[in-house]
Formats: sequence, C-alpha cells, structure tokens
Amino acid sequence: MDLDLLSQQLIERYQHGMPLCAEPYREMAQVLGCREAEVMACLQRLELAGALSRIGPVFEHTRAGASTLAALAVPLERLEQVAHRVSQYPEVNHNYAREHHYNLWFVLTGPHRQHLEQILDELEKDTGLRPLDLPMLTAYRIDLGFSLGAHP
Amino acid sequence: MDDFDRRLINRLQRGLPLVRQPWQHVAEELQSRPCEVLDRLHDLLEDGVLTRFGPMFDIEQFGGAFTLAALAVPEARFETVAAQLNALVQVAHNYRREHQWNMWFVLACASATELAATLSRIEALTGLTVLNLPKEHTYHVGLYFPV
Amino acid sequence: MITPLNHEQMLDLRQCLERGLPVVPRPYDALAERIGAHHDQVLQQMQQWQEQGLFRRVGLVLNHRALGFVANAMLVLDVPDALVDEIGARLGRAPRINLCYQRPRRLPLWRYNLFCMVHGREREEVAAHIQAVLEQQQLSDLPHHLLFSTRAYKQCGGRFAPPPSQVWAHG
Repeated sequence: MDLDLLSQQLIERYQHGMPLCAEPYREMAQVLGCREAEVMACLQRLELAGALSRIGPVFEHTRAGASTLAALAVPLERLEQVAHRVSQYPEVNHNYAREHHYNLWFVLTGPHRQHLEQILDELEKDTGLRPLDLPMLTAYRIDLGFSLGAHP
Repeated sequence: MDDFDRRLINRLQRGLPLVRQPWQHVAEELQSRPCEVLDRLHDLLEDGVLTRFGPMFDIEQFGGAFTLAALAVPEARFETVAAQLNALVQVAHNYRREHQWNMWFVLACASATELAATLSRIEALTGLTVLNLPKEHTYHVGLYFPV
Repeated sequence: MITPLNHEQMLDLRQCLERGLPVVPRPYDALAERIGAHHDQVLQQMQQWQEQGLFRRVGLVLNHRALGFVANAMLVLDVPDALVDEIGARLGRAPRINLCYQRPRRLPLWRYNLFCMVHGREREEVAAHIQAVLEQQQLSDLPHHLLFSTRAYKQCGGRFAPPPSQVWAHG
C-alpha cells in the first residue's frame, strides 16, 4: 500500500475515534485493507515527524478535573516574556497570541478549581496584569477534528 | 529471517552512523560487506519486515514544514539548551546522541517561513549553529518486528 | 468477574493515558505492565471511563498546525442570556464549528458570552465561512468579534491527574 495514502486515510478515519480493543492497530489495518505493521510504521513516522501528537483519549475536562480559558492584555514589548512565563506552568496546555486588546489566551487544566485560581493569582502578582478567567458554563459542540480534503 | 537479519535490524534500531559512507561502516560492524547489507535490506523491505518511507519532505503533503536538525552543544550547557528547545512549540522531539552533533531535534511547523524563523530563533537563543539535515537524504525506515 | 483497578492504579493509568498509547501491537498490555495490573483490568477500566464520559474521544490526536491548519479563529459573541442556549446549540451544529461554549461575561472588560473555534488552512477562507454561517443563522447583528491566533506558544494535552510525587495541601 502507498504509505502516504495510508497516512492520509489513517488521519481521515481515526481522528474522531479509533477501536478500543486489545489490538487496535490490527483492527485499523483490517478496515483499511493493509497490514498491522504498515499501520504501525505509518503512525510511528507521523509521530516522529511531529505531525501526530499522541494516540488515545482526549479527556473531557469537566469530568477529568477543572479547566478554564484565561486571557491577558499584555503590552506588546512584554508579550514574548509573559507568554514564556505562562507556558512554564505544566497546567497550561494551550497558549496562543491573538488579535485583540486581550492578546494572550491560554487554557489551564488541573485536578480542581482552587488549583487553577492559585495559578491565576500567582500570574497576576508576577506580571502585574489581571487575567480574565472564563470557565466553560455550557458546551454546545465539542468536536475537534480536521478534515484534510484537498490542499494547496 | 536469520541471525544476520536480526543483527542488522537491531543495528538499524540504533540509527545510522553519521559518516559519509554509513553502509560501509555498518557492514564493518556486522563483519559483512556493503553489498550484502544492502541486499538484505532490500529483501527485508520487500518482505514487509521493514517499511520504507520517502524522504522527510514527503510528510509535507498535508501542508506543513518539517526538518531534522542538530546542534553541537558544549557539555556544560546541555540541559539548559535542551530546556530552551523544549519550550518551543515547534520542537516535536529532542534527543541526545553520542557524537559531535549531540542534540538532535525535529521541527514540525506550519510553513516554510515559520520553519526558517524557528531555526533562526534557535540560533539566536542558544548562540549555536544549527545543522539542518538535507531533506533529500533524511529517511525514516519503520520497523515492527519483535527481535 | 474482572477485579477493578484500585485507586492508585487508576491514577497511574490516567497519567499514562495523558501521554498516549504506545505504538505496539498490544498497547494496553504495555500500560497494564506499567501500572501493575492485567490487561483485562485496563480494558475494562477504559470501557467504563468511556461510558462515563471521561473521554471526549479516543483517536489520533494531531498537530493540526503542522498539518497545515494555520488559520485558527476564535469567534466570540454577545448573546442575550435568554437566548444563549438556543443560539449556542444552533451555532454548535453549523458546519466546521469545532467548539462552541458558553462562558461568563466579565463586565465591563469582556462582554462576550459565547465562544466558537473554527480552524482552516487560510485566514480569508475561515473569515468568509464564519461570515456565511452568521448570515445564514441571522446572527450577524449580534455584537461579535473574530480573534485569529498570530502565534502558538504551547500546544499539548491536558494534564489533570496529579503526578504521584506531588502532595496536594488541604485547608
């Protein structure tokens, strides 16, 4: 099987869900009409290249612990340094600059809410900037899949 | 699969030596000749024991930009430089090798522009020169065979 | 009857899962060995957690930026409180809306209470798509804003399980 085609098919098919069984890669291979070793080699290659972050569950944060979206309005000349400071926390799993007065947006996850508040307090003391704390109240759609389709 | 195949596969798992003629080197280690090593490799690929992918840039079919690169880091600074690289979101993997170029890392970026910027940033951060492996000669050979 | 995992094994398993499954023929055997359990126990726990909704999904977690999805837009809207559930549900069902959450306002600094994420390959295309969705759902008149990301500093999975070495203080 063409390995690049297999990479494409694996990504298309198994982002949203993969078999939950003792030999998942074997089952995936059966569905795609190739060998288990090819599926595994493909996944390993995608992982080695950094295109595949990991395989397995994405935790539902409201059940797994506590989570919040936070934002800071950072003077431009300090953005790099503050972003780096924020990223240092292992509890920060996403950290992005965005186009707005509130220009640094990050997601905090942890075992409970008080833990997150402690971090936000610490950041406020350290940076002199007050974060927006925007925990999720209701989820209407939680599906983070990317369809590859045609590309330039 | 015979003993030589097993030794060859085990040797491959440790990565190819960073020399001009890696197959000569591997053949010597295995007490064989380059042509035999390459013949066996060919057979293992044919039989599906090893899986050969195209050059690294083939993974860019989906639209990103990737490279394998290395640094020669003075020993005293190794941990510090590793931490500096790991703080960059584009660094997908970072590992040590016993060689003059002792820190190897993979960059996975959104574009060629971001890739170039990241390489510059690493040089600026560390004060070290980055060895950017030519994509045409960087392959991944996947192997899934318990040996 | 398969013995359930004990509390410590459950915590260990969650930590392992946050790092991901190994690419080996029997990945749950590898995890079971790591936590000192049998693979049947691990699979049973996985099924249970999936049924309980602990997992949003179980699949390949991609580095979307490295796969070309560089246009990352956060659409925020100021929706009247009485309508937010209805509009949130509707918007959440629109094509290519990856996430749709209600969050609290933080007046006077932050007025928006509905957040949607849309990812794509190109900025203009994503902006046009969002515009089209808003028009189609007659939401264009609601105060809203589109915050594209300009730089990614960190992107990895959530870490919920406390590492075993750390002690959480109480009180």
